[in-house]
Amino acid sequence: MSALLEIRDLATHFASATGTVKAVDGVSFDVNAGEIVGLVGESGSGKTITGFSILGLIDAPGRIVAGSIKLEGRELVGLSQGELRKLRGKRIAMVFQDPSTALNPVLSIGEQMRMALAAHESVSRAAADERARDLLARVGIPEPAKRLDAYPHQLSGGMRQRVAIAIALLNRPSLIVCDEPTTALDVSIQAQILAEMRDLARDFGTALIWISHDLATVSALASRLIVMYAGRIVEDGPIGAILRSPRHPYTRGLLDSLPSMAAPGQELRQIPGSMPSLANLPPGCAFAPRCTHADAACNAAPPERRDGERGWRCHHPLIAVPA
Amino acid sequence: MTALIETRDVAKRFREAPSLGERIARLVGAGSDERTVHAVDGISLSVAKGEVLGLVGESGCGKSTLGRMIAGILPPSEGTALIDGVPAMGGGTRPVKTTTRVQMVFQDPFASLDPRMRIGDIIAEGPVANGLIKPGEAAADAARWLATVGLDPSAAQRYPHQFSGGQRQRIAIARALAMRPDALICDEPVASLDVSIQAQIVNLFLKLRRELGLTMIFISHDLSLVRHVSDRVAIMYLGRIVEIGDSRGIFASPRHPYTRALLDSAPALRLGDEDATGFKPIRGELPSPMDPPPGCHFHARCQHADAKCCIEAPVLTGGVACHHPLKEAPQ
Repeated sequence: MSALLEIRDLATHFASATGTVKAVDGVSFDVNAGEIVGLVGESGSGKTITGFSILGLIDAPGRIVAGSIKLEGRELVGLSQGELRKLRGKRIAMVFQDPSTALNPVLSIGEQMRMALAAHESVSRAAADERARDLLARVGIPEPAKRLDAYPHQLSGGMRQRVAIAIALLNRPSLIVCDEPTTALDVSIQAQILAEMRDLARDFGTALIWISHDLATVSALASRLIVMYAGRIVEDGPIGAILRSPRHPYTRGLLDSLPSMAAPGQELRQIPGSMPSLANLPPGCAFAPRCTHADAACNAAPPERRDGERGWRCHHPLIAVPA
Repeated sequence: MTALIETRDVAKRFREAPSLGERIARLVGAGSDERTVHAVDGISLSVAKGEVLGLVGESGCGKSTLGRMIAGILPPSEGTALIDGVPAMGGGTRPVKTTTRVQMVFQDPFASLDPRMRIGDIIAEGPVANGLIKPGEAAADAARWLATVGLDPSAAQRYPHQFSGGQRQRIAIARALAMRPDALICDEPVASLDVSIQAQIVNLFLKLRRELGLTMIFISHDLSLVRHVSDRVAIMYLGRIVEIGDSRGIFASPRHPYTRALLDSAPALRLGDEDATGFKPIRGELPSPMDPPPGCHFHARCQHADAKCCIEAPVLTGGVACHHPLKEAPQ
């Protein structure tokens, strides 16, 4: 069985005055139908640009310079904007971080939802409104019939994000890329959205790529985890296995730096230094300058190693693995 | 133990600025009622010298407003914030900050540093202007505080844009320390930083506290962070404190249903392969602070609420403001 989404050696670069910024540089992974994959990294890791690349949302000075992105067997890299527009919203959708900028402020919720439907099929207004109402109810919006006439500014941040999710679900896409969809929300609202997304993905059979910097949130949802650093995947595999025994020192460092991993008042285990500039990456492993395990071998790029479902790119993985 | 910081029934109301049309309508007696936000609604608390108080709550609960009143940069509508028994702000129609003993560290180090000033000037401006050091000592003083926060003294000659977010937050901390404060109000000081950088800054706060004996109010929405740095914690909901007490006790067995719900709603790191989720969302929406529900503000979202909760606001007694506090779990 082939995967729903197959990304191979994706490289998305940006031209800048200080040189080529290699935001995504040689990323390969699969997403299966109905699977929830967590894509984790810090700012500058390339997680959002990976998501944008999948939807063909890379604008100049950025460009996909190499690699392949196949959705349901169809190559997306190189498609015209017109062809991409037919896919976006239909087979593949995105939920953005900030719901207050993702919705059009001068159109009512109903109008925006009707437009999203009409872009892909001809449907009567009554039928469109009914689908919109059903979905608003499904994402937990009270009195959905009334909300169709509301404008985004009349809704709270959590409600707006629910509307954005409902719009993403309208055409029943097979994949939704969610870019930090709960980061801008309060803790109690975040939990509601997480629970709803999990149930929706299950009920609709939709695969999710959940982009986040927050390991705890991702662990509540995803079954598989991909950790990115400086434009590359450093580790991937089943989420429980990675969190219990990470193989890449960067994953270990991310986990150790969480306050919940230390006794109250004790020093947190910090990762020294900060991420290198993407325009000026060190040769070899990009994490080496911050890594306590680094030695001369790390001056060469670590090859990808695989062991069953787990993969990592490190010359000195943290546990002995069968050769 | 003496209290360094004390607030007495401190309250802050914000009025919506009426539009021109509204002002004219009011002149002819046809205007609508003024809308008021009760950002902080009568809070009394004290923080002992050397203590770290965590202030937790969701957006709109008034935690930042309370912090600013204690720092003496926002005049209270009612009540007073006292630093060592002296009001943090003078009275009158144009109140000004009266103390340099409390300093603030803000959330966004990209907005809190003047982009056209050199780092050395950013740090030394305050102490020179307030006569804490002589102008001739400025360079040495800036170098000292840069070293304290873990930056190279050569940073003094550079500008904010040459530094990363984590480094900028160190600079903002150095600027606060240069005023020789007794207390720091830290308003979400790591919320805009990356995870690996957050740990560096949290460790810096822990070190400063140890070495300088600073009193701190640590404002955050991140429960695990607050639990890590605080001796005591106050949980706020729509302008009021719903629970306050020893950090360990509150996190082990919260007594207010909102605290319990807040703790349950934060996803925990799930290490097993089991399908359990590890979090329980709070039902309902956060009500608008323009129009908070009567009685206990939390009653509409609370499963323990009854008729009394809808009418009568519970008073903070024994560390909890609830008509039906949860029982303490046996230790």
